[in-house]
Amino acid sequence: MDAENQQQSGTPAGTDADAAASGRGGADRGPISRRAVIGWAGAGVAIGAAGVGSVAAATRQDDDTPAPAATPANIPFYGEHQSGIATPVQDRLHFAAFDVSATATRESLVKMLKEWSKAAAAMTGGREVGTGAASGLPEAPPDDTGEALGLPASRLTLTIGFGPGLFEKDGVDRFGLKARRPEALIDLPNFKGDKLDPQRSGGDLCVQACADDPQVAVHAIRNLARIGMGTVNIRWSQLGFGKTSSTTPDAQTPRNMMGFKDGTHNIAGSDTAKLAEHVWVAPGEGPDWMTGGSYLVARRIRMHIETWDRTSLKEQEDVFGRTKGEGAPYGKPKEHDAPDLKAMPEDSHVRLAHPDSNSGLMILRRGFSFTDGTDGLGRLDAGLFFLAYQRDSRKAFVPLQQRLASSDKLNEYIQHVGSAHFACPAGVRKPGEWWGQALFG
Amino acid sequence: MSARRSTAAALLTLAVATAALAGCSQKKDDKASADAVKVNATDSACEVSKTSFPAGHVVIDIANKGSKTTEVYVYGDGDKIITERENIGPGTKASITAEIKAGSYEIACKPGMVGDGIRQKITVTGDAASSGASTDPRLTAAVDAYRTYAQEQADATIPVVTQFADAIKAGDLEKAKSLFAPSRTGWERTEPVAESFGDIDPKTDTREDGLEPGQEWTGWHKLEKSLWADARIGDDEKKLADQLVTDLKDWQTKIPAAEITATSMANGAKELLDEVATGKITGEEDRYSHTDLADFAANVEGAQKAYELLKPVASEKDAELAKTLDAEFTAIQALLAKYKQADGGYTSYDKVTEAERKTFSDAVNSLGEPLSKLAAAVVVK
Repeated sequence: MDAENQQQSGTPAGTDADAAASGRGGADRGPISRRAVIGWAGAGVAIGAAGVGSVAAATRQDDDTPAPAATPANIPFYGEHQSGIATPVQDRLHFAAFDVSATATRESLVKMLKEWSKAAAAMTGGREVGTGAASGLPEAPPDDTGEALGLPASRLTLTIGFGPGLFEKDGVDRFGLKARRPEALIDLPNFKGDKLDPQRSGGDLCVQACADDPQVAVHAIRNLARIGMGTVNIRWSQLGFGKTSSTTPDAQTPRNMMGFKDGTHNIAGSDTAKLAEHVWVAPGEGPDWMTGGSYLVARRIRMHIETWDRTSLKEQEDVFGRTKGEGAPYGKPKEHDAPDLKAMPEDSHVRLAHPDSNSGLMILRRGFSFTDGTDGLGRLDAGLFFLAYQRDSRKAFVPLQQRLASSDKLNEYIQHVGSAHFACPAGVRKPGEWWGQALFG
Repeated sequence: MSARRSTAAALLTLAVATAALAGCSQKKDDKASADAVKVNATDSACEVSKTSFPAGHVVIDIANKGSKTTEVYVYGDGDKIITERENIGPGTKASITAEIKAGSYEIACKPGMVGDGIRQKITVTGDAASSGASTDPRLTAAVDAYRTYAQEQADATIPVVTQFADAIKAGDLEKAKSLFAPSRTGWERTEPVAESFGDIDPKTDTREDGLEPGQEWTGWHKLEKSLWADARIGDDEKKLADQLVTDLKDWQTKIPAAEITATSMANGAKELLDEVATGKITGEEDRYSHTDLADFAANVEGAQKAYELLKPVASEKDAELAKTLDAEFTAIQALLAKYKQADGGYTSYDKVTEAERKTFSDAVNSLGEPLSKLAAAVVVK
């Protein structure tokens, strides 16, 4: 949950601070419309204006074509690290875990990853997949499913991760990758109180799609799943809304489904020193292909909403060790005041999760709220879809969760029902490269 | 399939071609019908209603008013066969559809199916390039072969469905049950063609939840419910059995008039997989008998037949797609084989676990997705 384990930084600010903090003012917020960029014939003008020139027109189907310069709606796909980790958290999530099909081969997997990378570059750039949604042969289904036509890129990021099953499944080294499995990509231990649903756990691959528009995030996963048909199939997926963590500490801290501010002291996406210390895998730590990558733990955490809602305010605040209104730590007036841990109940969530209680360990959280209808007993199936990135899960999430699972007062109101662990490689640095190239290459 | 029947014909463009066969298509193809080239064939003449028409999708309605069986050809330069129809009996009608490019051609009628025929020059106008038409003789041959296949499937269905009906009329519950799935095989293999006759499918293959308001429920699935859920054969069931035979004979006679193109074959193959993906995987199709895997296998066989016929062209134009389709058909056949029983039937679908259904679903999607690209691969541009 809310691993309140971060250092204090920044001050509260307005909701637009995201954009301001990242140097993206409102003036040029105009989105790049897919429609405007559809079909390079028409787009030749736009592309030309962006300085790419007519070469783009000649390579219409090659989505490796560099996108126009980043805009507020457009997060660069290419870079040293994958986007979607330190990137300012978007409003919406569509997360999908995939299994590699029994009939897939290393060759088909590599082919798919190349196609995925092209499609990801196109979609994060606000462009359509392949020949688009409404062009191409009339006799054939369109390459792009089309529900994002006319929508801006909406800061879409796509982040890939490789799960344990890709390296070895049921004792079989299916793709010759067993020797390349990072030691840090452990099978997560069982934590006390877990009630994991295998249908919502694990996966050989994952893709995290974050965007400010749910339609854009859903479109992205859907198109990747379609491209991957025959090679991978969706094992489970999760929609999320209302980011529950912020990687822009200057922005107003969002609230989780329990009504509490969550992620007050997350690692800032701009804090390169902390990212290097806690998030990015350093050279020599495990296999080379993970250098510059990060380990992702995904947990579906169900909240017992109904019992929580009939819990007294005092009890709720005691559970967290913070006030509900301001979000201030016990004994302090302001949310961002440094907490006095001793003032908090010993079993309070924030006290247990704070770095000072955990030898300074930190994780980068990108959690989202979810609600998926009811559970058949008239109870809301809702909670937190927890996503944490770290340099080594064995040294970060695992000890932290072991501590929380054994003592956290919050456990009375939550249950971990889904779990997965992925190794997210470094970024695709330039057009022509692809997701997993260093692993498979 | 019933749930999607109303759109099936439009999706498939397997519309019935015409007024030549009264009552077989009231609404779908008025335009094609009006534009059709009519050929009156007699023992001594070959009258063509128009000698100049636009390139593209051409429908030729033939009426044999002579005393001999005839055949009609469209020849290009050097007597290259563009399209043909053999075995048109005296007093019968037939229809040919073809994609014809601009150019000069001859239509020939051959009374007695011998000789060079009685010929008439025709001109097909327009820009050949813009018509998108294909005159690849391999595709024309594929369409002919597929029509033959569809006919064979229907012809083979009638005896089985008759036995099925006889068992019902004899009150033999167990025998009727054993013949239910086999009676559907030919239909399921060529379902896109069957569905293109908009009036037959609602009578034969509608599920209870697919009924239109006021529609009387008839056909296989009504009988399925009686046999399995109610374990009852009464007078109503006996009447329904006879009606099913009658309706399927109607289907059998209409196949020569079905409009089939290379594109509709390819998309029809994809439609068959879509049938599996939506109706069979969930067990909705045969919810009382649980014979879904038999339908599933028939759908796959029919799709594979269409693909194999188009493969010479597809593999030339998109070798990688053909390779993928070969592999996926092999994979799905191997999967189905695991469920085949000693008696030739398949495992009852209620014995197939959720995890196994997921495996089936993945296999179907893995095949259906590349199959959706087949039509584009065979279209000549």
